Amino acid sequence: MQLYEYTAHELRSLLRSGEVSAAETAEALLDRIAGTDPQLNAYITVLGDAALEQAGEADSLLKAGDGGALCGVPVGIKDNICIRGVRTTCASRMLENFSPPYDANVIELLRAQGSVFLGKCNMDEFAMGSSTETSYFGPVRNPHDLSRVPGGSSGGSAAAVAAGSAVVAIGSDTGGSIRQPASLCGVVGMKPTYGMVSRYGLVAFASSLDQIGPLARSVRDCAMVLDAIVKGDSRDTTSIMDAQDGFEARLETDMKGKRVGLPREYFAQGVDEEVRDAVLEAAKTFESMGAVCEECSLPLAEYALVAYYLVSSAEASSNLARYDGVRYGYRAHGAKDHEEMFVRSRSEGFGREVKRRIMLGAYVLSAGYYDAYYKKAQQVRTLIMRDYAALFNKYDFLLTPASPTTAWKEGARIDDPLRMYAADMCTVPVNIAGLPALVLPCGRGEGGLPIGMQIIGPARSDALVLGAGYAYEQAAGGGALRPVEVGGGQG
Amino acid sequence: MKYETVIGMEIHVELSTETKMFCGCANAFGAGENTLCCPVCAGLPGTLPVINAAAVDYCIMAGLATNCEITRHSLMDRKNYHYPDLTKGFQTSQLYYPLCRNGYVDIETGTGVKRIGIREIHMEEDAGKLVHPDGQSCSRVDYNRAGVPLIEIVTQPDMRSAEEGRVFLETLRNILLCIGISDCKMQEGSLRCDVNISVRPEGSEELGTRTETKNLNSFRSAGRAIEYEAARQVDVIEGGGRVVQQTLRYDDATGTTSALRSKEDSHDYRYFPEPDLMPIVVDEDWIARIRERLPELPETKRIRYERELGIPGRDARMLSSSRRLSAIFETAMAAGAAPRAAANWLIGDLMRMLKDRLLDTEEIGFSGEDLAALIALIDKGTISSTAGRQVLEGMLDTGKPPSKLVEELGLTQISDADALREIVKQIVRDNPKPAADYRAGKKKAMAFFTGQAMKRTKGKANPVLLQELFAKELKK
Amino acid sequence: MERKQIEDLAKLAKLEFTPEELDRFAGDMGDILGFVDKLGELDTKGVPPAAHVSGAVNVLREDVPRPSVPREDVLMGAPERDESGFIIPRVI
Repeated sequence: MQLYEYTAHELRSLLRSGEVSAAETAEALLDRIAGTDPQLNAYITVLGDAALEQAGEADSLLKAGDGGALCGVPVGIKDNICIRGVRTTCASRMLENFSPPYDANVIELLRAQGSVFLGKCNMDEFAMGSSTETSYFGPVRNPHDLSRVPGGSSGGSAAAVAAGSAVVAIGSDTGGSIRQPASLCGVVGMKPTYGMVSRYGLVAFASSLDQIGPLARSVRDCAMVLDAIVKGDSRDTTSIMDAQDGFEARLETDMKGKRVGLPREYFAQGVDEEVRDAVLEAAKTFESMGAVCEECSLPLAEYALVAYYLVSSAEASSNLARYDGVRYGYRAHGAKDHEEMFVRSRSEGFGREVKRRIMLGAYVLSAGYYDAYYKKAQQVRTLIMRDYAALFNKYDFLLTPASPTTAWKEGARIDDPLRMYAADMCTVPVNIAGLPALVLPCGRGEGGLPIGMQIIGPARSDALVLGAGYAYEQAAGGGALRPVEVGGGQG
Repeated sequence: MKYETVIGMEIHVELSTETKMFCGCANAFGAGENTLCCPVCAGLPGTLPVINAAAVDYCIMAGLATNCEITRHSLMDRKNYHYPDLTKGFQTSQLYYPLCRNGYVDIETGTGVKRIGIREIHMEEDAGKLVHPDGQSCSRVDYNRAGVPLIEIVTQPDMRSAEEGRVFLETLRNILLCIGISDCKMQEGSLRCDVNISVRPEGSEELGTRTETKNLNSFRSAGRAIEYEAARQVDVIEGGGRVVQQTLRYDDATGTTSALRSKEDSHDYRYFPEPDLMPIVVDEDWIARIRERLPELPETKRIRYERELGIPGRDARMLSSSRRLSAIFETAMAAGAAPRAAANWLIGDLMRMLKDRLLDTEEIGFSGEDLAALIALIDKGTISSTAGRQVLEGMLDTGKPPSKLVEELGLTQISDADALREIVKQIVRDNPKPAADYRAGKKKAMAFFTGQAMKRTKGKANPVLLQELFAKELKK
Repeated sequence: MERKQIEDLAKLAKLEFTPEELDRFAGDMGDILGFVDKLGELDTKGVPPAAHVSGAVNVLREDVPRPSVPREDVLMGAPERDESGFIIPRVI
């Protein structure tokens, strides 16, 4: 086994026992990046020397018996999360040379663990997209098939984990941006309950929807990361201050008697048959463990996507207003006055999809339309939350596909925004309601392309969601996915 | 045709908290450019706001002091627009659920007491400062002020004259100073006022088109701007035109208003609730705690002065409306001065002296103890009340205590009867005719005698004692 | 959506577009908004807008100063600056 093939929990044992060093591990990962990234383009910035330096520090901690569970584990960080002194571009020309003078909260926590940051992962510009094709630094490719998209917006994080050029990665999820690429790339991804992970240092897209979460090759790895990054932060007032920890400790969960709901709206038309079949197979696995699976209904599911686009665009249009060329970021040259500087910097600095969302957001909030669009969407959001709450009175968790299709060909949907937005239909309702959701592989479709299933739990049931995922993983004979050969796919 | 001026105001007050509204940077004036900033108030990507608890308390205090209802479930909202002094591309403010609503302030003008409605008081944050250096093609920005907590006080359009406008501002300022939430210095920008003015034919119920006037640097400017703008609008209407709704800039030097270059016809601020900040839920306990913290408000003082101390209404209002005056008054009484005496000195002579010197009541440099000492000196007869006025001036100008001033200025009254008796005897002897007149019943002749004695003693004789001595002498 | 509407929105958002882009926008946004009118189907009378998901209230900060960051940290990303301030083209 190559070092880059191990999961974080396997590496932990090896590192603790002294069998391997953090330095060797970091080197192995950096080599793997060098070997795969020319094809994948999963990284915008690779932190070669800095990573080795961190690895050295990790080795000291390990020798002293200190450091956290992730000590010495190489991590990829999505490029919308601030690392002090490191280019944080959000895959945009607007922030091409922006280097924050501070660390995000999750970065502080991972540093405290002794993790090693391999680099900043590529993404859709400002996290707006479902295919990682809108990056200013070029698209990311799906390691299973280089002609196809990895999903988005955390496409770089997902591709790196799938290819073994990161052991675990940190992404962000606003409408499915961790879960959908995890599904398309055949890895495990989780969006925690809204508020579990501090957003301080995450460049904001849609404030009431954004959450940071892990991507990895096992459910246990995700639990390890959650243990590290779930912590109340007084700098983020949406942060939950009394979350219970011990996610890895609570992984073993008995599925006997658990009631699992399968909302029929997620299995309806729009979802490919092969995806439907794979998820229904997974349901059978839960049943074999003693769970009771049953069809149910989330009647407002179809409205979730619309509500999501209105709310997220509105918040995004406001969150991106600060990019004006005054204090940081891209500034257009030769403007004769401040107005011209604003308009040209923003028009030249932002890509097409970002501008589209800003315009939609401005419209949704504008005088005369606020009540019918933004306010209405927020009211529908309340209704959807109530829908879910009603379901969770009957069911312990829900099981759905993570994406209606497997990975599509690069370029196939970029000019069809509606089709692109529809890719999020399985994941978006979860962000609307602020619930925790885990995605893990449950089969292969045509061409060997990965299919992912999604486990959704009520708010703050992150441990249960991970537990259900873990149970499935163990029953399906997994526990550690191995990286794919880039472009070759793995059986 | 007679016209009525209708005036409303929007007053921005910088709160004197220790830190900014949404971050822990110091809230201070005069520091080096961009040295009071952090990633949050500089609007760096990824940063988030956290509300300053003291700012909320101060806003509630302002609301209670102006008789407002405190909104029980309040939100912050984003006001979206672009300007270089705005670090986030939006200002965090309150539109939908302002923290305080439906209050009032009573003012007293020449025509009596009037109630000015307060529509709302809400919290928001200040922007940075733009500087436009002369002769250069660039501008500069300093963000020290960005994020400083503000409250915006919006009145109902209840004022009808420049005098009412001015008095309202003074009264409001006194209230805010009294509760201690701001230093309210217009010159430093911690109190800013925009005035909305419209005119309409007297008797009409409909409101005319209003203009908004900015750049008012003092209460006097506000008064002048109101007068100018009202007259201008009347001219426009009488000339057959229509008043255009616009934002104007008042120029103190010329005393005129001119249109600010209009950027956009209308500002669509696209307000929506701030998703990064949680609602503020105010319960009875919270309000009770704040109420307890509030010092005695001017209105309560006024009533107390009138009813318990017997100070006449108008005087009581004047005394109570100034934080400094009422403080001196109360300290003077605590030091033994009689209320009416203390009040008379403060309202009469002192106010006159302040006006002559163009001084604010906040700038009075002597204490209540000093005033009490002055009154005691007069009561004892050490100095005359005329001399007392001189001493008061000295206290105001130099801050020295009265006893020292009496010494320095040689104002000690001659109250020694023996010393005066000689002079009295002499004057009576030297003036037989007036003496005869007095004995014959012309009591007015006394003034001649006391006048002569005053001349002889260079004004230092105790006039009361003189009268006594003359009366005795002339009886003989 | 009408051209004029898109132009006004662009002004608010401080963005500029070529005529072709504006037309394409009008098309895209028109499609999206058609999709959006669906919300009108739902009865939301009396339903509170879900402004905040976590349900917490009164999350406030004590009025205690924390050191500001060094001026360099604030200025270092500036496209144009001098020793102490941000420099921008003349403000109208």
